[in-house]
Amino acid sequence: MAQITNREIQQAGRLDSAEAFMALRERILAASDPNRTEIIVCHGTGCLANGSVKVAEALQAAVKAADLDIKVTGCHGFCSRGPLVVVRPSGLFYQRVKPADAEDILQSVLEGGQPVERLLYHDPNTDQALPQEKDIPFYSHQMRIVLRNIGKIDPTDIGDTIAHGGYLALAKALYQMSPEQVVAEVERSGLRGRGGAGFPTGRKWKSALAAIKKKGYPAYVVVNGDEGDPGAFMDRTIMEGDPHAVLEGLILGAYALGAHQGFMYVRAEYPVAIKHLNIAMEQARALGLLGQNILGSGFDFDVQINRGAGAFVCGESTALFTSIEGRAGEPKPKYVRSVEEGLWGRPTVLNNVETWANVPQIIEKGGEWYAGLGVPHSTGTKVFSLVGKVNNVGLVEVPMGTPLASIVEDLGGGVPGGAPFKAVQTGGPSGGCLPYDMREVPVDFDSLTRAGSMMGSGGMIVMDKRDCVVDVARYFLRFLEEESCGKCIPCRLGLTRMREILDGFSQGIGSEKDIDDLVSLAAAIQDGALCALGGSAPNPVLTTLQYFKDEYLAHIKDKRCPAGVCKDLISYSIDPDKCTGCMTCARQCPQKAIAGEKKKPHVINQELCIRCGICMESCKFGAVNVA
Amino acid sequence: MSTSPLIDIDEIIERYPGKPEFLIFLLQDIQAAYNYISREALELVCDHTGVPFSTAYATATFYQSFSLKPKGEHNLRVCLGTACHLKGAPRIVEDLERRLGIKAGETTDDLQFTLETVNCLGACALAPVMVADEEYVPGATSKKVEKLVKDLAAS
Repeated sequence: MAQITNREIQQAGRLDSAEAFMALRERILAASDPNRTEIIVCHGTGCLANGSVKVAEALQAAVKAADLDIKVTGCHGFCSRGPLVVVRPSGLFYQRVKPADAEDILQSVLEGGQPVERLLYHDPNTDQALPQEKDIPFYSHQMRIVLRNIGKIDPTDIGDTIAHGGYLALAKALYQMSPEQVVAEVERSGLRGRGGAGFPTGRKWKSALAAIKKKGYPAYVVVNGDEGDPGAFMDRTIMEGDPHAVLEGLILGAYALGAHQGFMYVRAEYPVAIKHLNIAMEQARALGLLGQNILGSGFDFDVQINRGAGAFVCGESTALFTSIEGRAGEPKPKYVRSVEEGLWGRPTVLNNVETWANVPQIIEKGGEWYAGLGVPHSTGTKVFSLVGKVNNVGLVEVPMGTPLASIVEDLGGGVPGGAPFKAVQTGGPSGGCLPYDMREVPVDFDSLTRAGSMMGSGGMIVMDKRDCVVDVARYFLRFLEEESCGKCIPCRLGLTRMREILDGFSQGIGSEKDIDDLVSLAAAIQDGALCALGGSAPNPVLTTLQYFKDEYLAHIKDKRCPAGVCKDLISYSIDPDKCTGCMTCARQCPQKAIAGEKKKPHVINQELCIRCGICMESCKFGAVNVA
Repeated sequence: MSTSPLIDIDEIIERYPGKPEFLIFLLQDIQAAYNYISREALELVCDHTGVPFSTAYATATFYQSFSLKPKGEHNLRVCLGTACHLKGAPRIVEDLERRLGIKAGETTDDLQFTLETVNCLGACALAPVMVADEEYVPGATSKKVEKLVKDLAAS
């Protein structure tokens, strides 16, 4: 926390020049001591749900008069180990902290003694304690550009943001660069859209400039924060943990394009992101970093936040615009690109949260610097949410081109239990499943597309042998079928028909001809759907067919679900050698289908069993089998 | 649920200029205040924004977060994101459906519970996760669900 309080900063009033901004920054830096101890408590969603508010309160209560700060930050990313506490500047990393641990942590910090051993991270393979955050593989393999300040700054404190480099790029651009130079710098960086399609951002901005010139209207700039892909929470973390980075990126874009009005379209499921963005905007306005005559440069720009209302399709550009205009978010045909006619028919530049958040550093450090990161056609870094059957569930940022295996195994710590992963699903409902054999594929836009999947927004879902690819393909189809807006027939009816065929497979009904039908339906939908939701919807089915055809055939030919997921093709049984007769499963069974006396092996009545799996979930002895 | 039925509908309507682009803002505020959007409220919104009733109705039914029927006192939302799906979320939904005697998307007759599913809460480390009113329930199991429903019903 900057030692100058937020209130004092706000009293500085609207800054009217780059010099005034730099002077304020100097004041903030001079007043803050980099060696002052801070105890940082992660308040990302994962840690919050595990009780990090109480941890912060306990630390605050215990700190009393001691000369150190307790700071609450956005998500540190290592969600599976939360609540997380980090001591700075020493870098000590504590995991799974409880309120009762507060006294011990403080004592260790104040007396400069040994770290609290029981809260340290231990390498799962060697059991060696790794007290420093930077030594933990989950962090040491990362390159944090977009996430650089998340976990360090208090996202509701503009002073802290400025102390960590916030708005330096804006001051530089407004006074040292022309709008064209800003566009050129972004183009030089090679930055491609982080929302999924990977369109070069600089080129998009350039076409917008041309359209603005042609039409004579000012453009709108829009943040797409409608992060709808299931299993993805990169944008949420950025908006919650470093809202000023998104805002600064947007202001820079507005300056480059001569826009005076911007919009942030944020998913309603992300209330904290909306709150933090609102606070950030208010603080930026008070300092003259947003609003009329920004930093005295004569440039005017303001932003409005639109909350989403729960429709996946609104992540699609034309649907998002319709929604901002106040109507049902149905996509439109893209005969004319949105850079020419977007919101209210005006030239509009829509970029994803992560894309905008990259812009300030590109302007500050130069496009050349950014282009040197990653691989030639996919520059920079990418944030991924690593979830599913992986030890280290969380959020990671790595250079583009990092091999898939490195992300899942080095950072993710592999699959629980040590078996190799079965597949990794990337790109959300529009993406595909890559098998273990493809583990060396570099994770960049073009390599993933060549492998049949796609980058998408950055969700990475790890599957193990207990996950059924037919079930996963069916899951995504059902998801998209529900989210289809219903406007065009290929998507509305085609997805339903594909899902019906897969429903059959999951019940053991179907033939190889149905597989051919799936493929031809997929082609028709890809060709005929109005927007990207439909156009990419068949991908999960096609990639699973490409890489896991045997598993499909097992369902329809052998009437067997090898992973033990599809209810109509499995049965549960109890291993009498492992069953201790504890009665837990019998009590939990909603069908009363489990019989047996105390301390004697139980038996499942297959006639009554509805295969809900509750017995397996509740058994502590691993005595319930599925086949 | 943080509802305050005392909020006057006119006060909500006056929060935004009478332009069509504020339709969704108004519906969101009304939904938040009353937990559903009544026909009367929708008509008032139409008068204010100049949006035809048919368009407002289409919009209110298009988006998942709007409900035209009153919702229960307790809102149970089960995440059906991919990570939760793989870790057993469908089992949690079925379990709740059995316990409450309703399907996902429905409200119990006594207006005590509404059961909903959401696409992804972005809290994948907690999978399978559900949210009971505003409280996250990480690592949901049949046992936790049983206790949760019991506790909420008694509260």
